[in-house]
Amino acid sequence: MTIPVRPETDRRIDELLTRFPMRGSALLPALYLVQEEKGHVSDESMEYVASKIGVSPAFVAGVVSFYTMFHRQPVGRHHIQICRTLPCALIGADEVMAHLKTRLGIRDGETRADGKFSLASVECLGACDRAPFLQINDREHGPVDRAKMDEILKGLE
Amino acid sequence: MAFEPILTRNIRKPGSETIDVYMASGGYQGLRRALKEFTPEKLIEEVKASGLRGRGGAGFPTGMKWGFLPKTKDKPRYLCVNADESEPGTFKDRLLIEKDPHLVLEGIILSAYAIESSLAFFYIRGEFHQGCRTFEKAVQEAYAKGFLGKNILGSGFNLDIIIYRGAGAYICGEETALLESLEGKRGYPRIKPPFPAIVGLYGCPTIINNVETLANVTLIAERGAAWFASIGRPPKNTGPKLFCLSGHVKRPGVFEAPLGVPFLELLNEYAGGMKHPDRPLKAAVPGGSSMKILPAAKCDVLMDFDSLAAAGTMLGSAGGFVMDSGTCIVWALHNVARFYAHESCGQCTPCREGTGWLVKILARLERGDGHPGDVDLLAGIAGKIEGNTVCPFGEAIAWPVESYVRVFRDEFEEHARARACPGKAAAAR
Repeated sequence: MTIPVRPETDRRIDELLTRFPMRGSALLPALYLVQEEKGHVSDESMEYVASKIGVSPAFVAGVVSFYTMFHRQPVGRHHIQICRTLPCALIGADEVMAHLKTRLGIRDGETRADGKFSLASVECLGACDRAPFLQINDREHGPVDRAKMDEILKGLE
Repeated sequence: MAFEPILTRNIRKPGSETIDVYMASGGYQGLRRALKEFTPEKLIEEVKASGLRGRGGAGFPTGMKWGFLPKTKDKPRYLCVNADESEPGTFKDRLLIEKDPHLVLEGIILSAYAIESSLAFFYIRGEFHQGCRTFEKAVQEAYAKGFLGKNILGSGFNLDIIIYRGAGAYICGEETALLESLEGKRGYPRIKPPFPAIVGLYGCPTIINNVETLANVTLIAERGAAWFASIGRPPKNTGPKLFCLSGHVKRPGVFEAPLGVPFLELLNEYAGGMKHPDRPLKAAVPGGSSMKILPAAKCDVLMDFDSLAAAGTMLGSAGGFVMDSGTCIVWALHNVARFYAHESCGQCTPCREGTGWLVKILARLERGDGHPGDVDLLAGIAGKIEGNTVCPFGEAIAWPVESYVRVFRDEFEEHARARACPGKAAAAR
């Protein structure tokens, strides 16, 4: 099969294979590397990672589908994940979510047509002291309210 | 509040996450001393004598856990750090990882020395991007200073550490699911026994300890078991503790206090009391969303393992949150149940199916479509999940359902009877 990733990514996955006492442990970090490059984990990527590790593509698919942080479909350039769990919900997370839906014109789980934003409600992000809390890609924001979100979105538009 | 913070003594210093600031306040002295003065066995004895109990949720004595390792040394031993902090209401390990990673790292090195492991894994939840960056840097700094790697401080002890990012699964905070995940699999908890101390990572003897537990090992090495055992409520609830408090409080945060601090002191003094002065406390969950709820009238409790167990709940991960009089309890439990339905790994039928049913019933009660008998049905389903699953996730959903329904039965009945949420108008937040 052809290698669907950049040579640098392929080399870094090779490095992972020797890093652990057992090569199976390289699976999650390898998937992260692929996703970092591609933005999501496609069927082709799963087949490639499976052949690198030495497991079946079905095994990889089972792992990918278990963890919420692996995306099977592309997400927006700015992937907004807002916590919906009780400590955030007590402080009004649902209002922030409603505002984001209106502002962005998309529903929970959708990506805006221009590919710039995607929106997902997620379970507890472990920052209940900053409720309502959300992450945009790997950056954290909280506490947020409507005004704060407008300001953040303006910076990203 | 005369207690002087120890676990959090550095966190407000500028550059608290750097090795220079950490060492300037005496950091790595405990390691230096322990490697010189203690054999591994002696260090385990020291931790046993301190009374330290695990800070991850179960409160199991740390030294005793270490003592379960087999006496034979024909296989490598591993130390796995559980930094998969995911229990709703809990954000204390995040604070240590981001603000004082070397306090944790020193504890990891000490603990690996005690259990004679030369490879440690730091399993950090995938969503902790900042924590992961900070911890990676701390590890590099520690290698550069010779606290990690070969022949640490001339002791002959070797230790490498691998940081492993989780990928979004609450269940991986359960120790055997964590091991499965580390092996590159779906995070399905294992049947115990065998316990990880005998058959753990890659089939080898493995110790899994929580971040805050390991930070406490640093303090024990630095100041001694007797000092540690004098804090809190000896003999069984010793040491300093990080308490999280969020929800309807004025100043949500992580607060350090001795084990056994009164909950009302945490709420009213540390967290500044209720968020809205006109809405009194309705209920509190002292230990994280898996633990049983206490009505306001029963919140006069001490925050330690045994006091909370006596009060019918648990300290858990000390991820406390409070709800005020404006909170609809059916809405709150619906939210909690949805979390567990989403996070159930799906391995055991009672949990996989039961959590889904709970959500359906709570959703219809909340929207006003409840059926007669729904309240009993909720309690019945919870009772059939509890004790019937491979891992304690079953209890983690059964306990909130059982307790919310028992404590606030009238409110649930009212929802079923009125076919509406009676407090909806009042619940404007």
